[in-house]
Formats: sequence, C-alpha cells, structure tokens
Amino acid sequence: MDAALLRELVAARAEKRPTVLATRLTDGIQKLVYPSDKSQDSWLIKAVSEALAGDKGAVIAAPDGTEWFLNPFNPPLRLILVGAVHIAQPLAAIASLAGYDVTVVDPRTSFASSERFPGMTLVTDWPDEAMAALAPDARTAIVTLTHDPKLDDPALKAALASPAFYIGALGSKKTHAARVARLSEAGFTESGIARIHGPVGLAIGAKSPAEIAISIMAEITETLRT
Amino acid sequence: MSNHDNVLEEAAHWLGQGRRVALATVIETWGSAPRPVGSQLAIRDDATFVGSVSGGCIEGDVVTRALETLETGKTEVLEYGVSDAMAWQVGLACGGRIRVMIEPVKG
Repeated sequence: MDAALLRELVAARAEKRPTVLATRLTDGIQKLVYPSDKSQDSWLIKAVSEALAGDKGAVIAAPDGTEWFLNPFNPPLRLILVGAVHIAQPLAAIASLAGYDVTVVDPRTSFASSERFPGMTLVTDWPDEAMAALAPDARTAIVTLTHDPKLDDPALKAALASPAFYIGALGSKKTHAARVARLSEAGFTESGIARIHGPVGLAIGAKSPAEIAISIMAEITETLRT
Repeated sequence: MSNHDNVLEEAAHWLGQGRRVALATVIETWGSAPRPVGSQLAIRDDATFVGSVSGGCIEGDVVTRALETLETGKTEVLEYGVSDAMAWQVGLACGGRIRVMIEPVKG
C-alpha cells in the first residue's frame, strides 16, 4: 500500500466518510472507491455498495476474471443515550470500547456534564430536538435511561420513526407497560412498539450500574450480530 | 477512548514518525475463523504490532513474514489452516482456514 493511500483512508475514516479499499490480488494494485464515484466501473461500484451495506469484506472476481479484495470502511456504529444518569457513565465507556460513537443527550446540564462524561459528546437540547439533529440511521442504537416520560417518550417516538437497529428503554415491567400504553395512545402500532427492548438488557441478574450497562451492551450486540 | 481498533491510525502514526510499517489483512475465511474478513494487524519495523488477524495463533508468523515484505517490497497472500501435531507448525487451533494479505506500506 502507498503511504499516501493509507493517509487518504485514515482521513476518510476521520471524516466518517464510507469508503472501500479495493485491492487487485494478482498484482497488488489498490484504490479507494467511494460509492458515489461515477468515474469507476459499474461492476466495482455495485460490489463496493454491497460491501458497505453488508459491512463485510469479500474477494470477488472482476469481469476480466482477476481477483479483487474489497475491504469496506463504514463510519462507526452510533449509540445515543438519553439520560446522563449513573448507568449512562459505564455504558458510554463500554460502548466506546466496543467501537461505538456515543452521544449522551440530557437537557439537565447538572447531569450532562463533562466531569461526569469525560471525552463524550454531550447534547443538552430537549430529546426531540436532539434526535432530529442526530438523525438516527440503521447503524444507530438508542437507549433511554431517564425513567422520566417527559424526556424518554419524545426520544422513543423519534426512535420509532427511525430505522435504528436497536431501541431500549430502562424501566421495570410495570413502567414499560405504562410506556407501551402511552405510545399506543399516541398512535404507534403494536409491531412498532415491539421494537423497544423493555425492560432493557439481557437477563443476567445485573445489579450495579456497570453490570446493567454490560447487560444492555450485550443485548445491543446480540441484536446487531444475530 | 479505544485505540485497539485504530490499527490504520496507528500505522499512519508510525509512518509519520519515520518508521517502516507493514499491514496484514484477513481477506477470506472458511469454517470457524477466529477473526472476520477485514481484520487487520499493523506491524512496525521493530516487530511491535497492533490489532489481530487471529486469536493470537498465527500473529507470530505473520509478523515475521511482514518484516520480510519490508525488505522485499512485495505483497504476499498466505493461507493458514489448522495446525497438525507438529509443534513448530503454525496454524489455527479452531479448525478454520484463513487467507491473509501481507503488504509493506511504501513511500
């Protein structure tokens, strides 16, 4: 690989711009291919788009029979945490280790402080405005943690209107039943509401905030990978 | 926060320090491979490495081969399978088979 190409790839990753490193295995010729690049051959653009959509590298045969290795580089998965509460602190750290770009949303500035969340992206807008700006996509997970319907519900409504791959809401079975009732009244369908994991997290008997964070991260991983 | 996944960033950082660097990438897997396609290892000229291409079974050999590519300047594609009974044989304990591309970073 040319050092200049490596630097371009590192820059694309820093800009969160999806790209694919294509290598012709017969002679080691390499290039970065962006899915929007109209100057590339159509077979390559198609294969590159598939590699990015599936987030999976592959060796493919070009029309001329040569072997190419396509290595997709998608922007990181995202995790939006609504509620800068105690559980959000270990969860933000664990998710960062797992490679997620974490954003913590809480209009209560005493909760969403950089002392409590060093190095994390903090948003102190109201959850509905924050969610509109963050525009969750199919590579985004959303977890509400406030227990307060005034904060959780607007976030969940925005989450349900998005293609987020995981939606979780902290709260007991009773709290969740009340939440389901409120969302039904607000016009959300049963199948839509069923996307919400509540009570949130895998049942591993978690007690402490860090343990609950592990159970939530495990459930997000399970949803992503299985 | 996490830098264990920032293999390319680390490689670029080493290059910026004037070091020579090679990259190893899993390009194909069969059976129960320990790391998926696209997994990468960056190797510095003093054999320091970050990332992984297996669960640790073949990294030793890959690092040796990578240092060789720094000398030859040639990209290599190698295949690793399950190890046999011979202790010096490099292989995967999991029973899978993987193809690894090893390339020097030039310039």
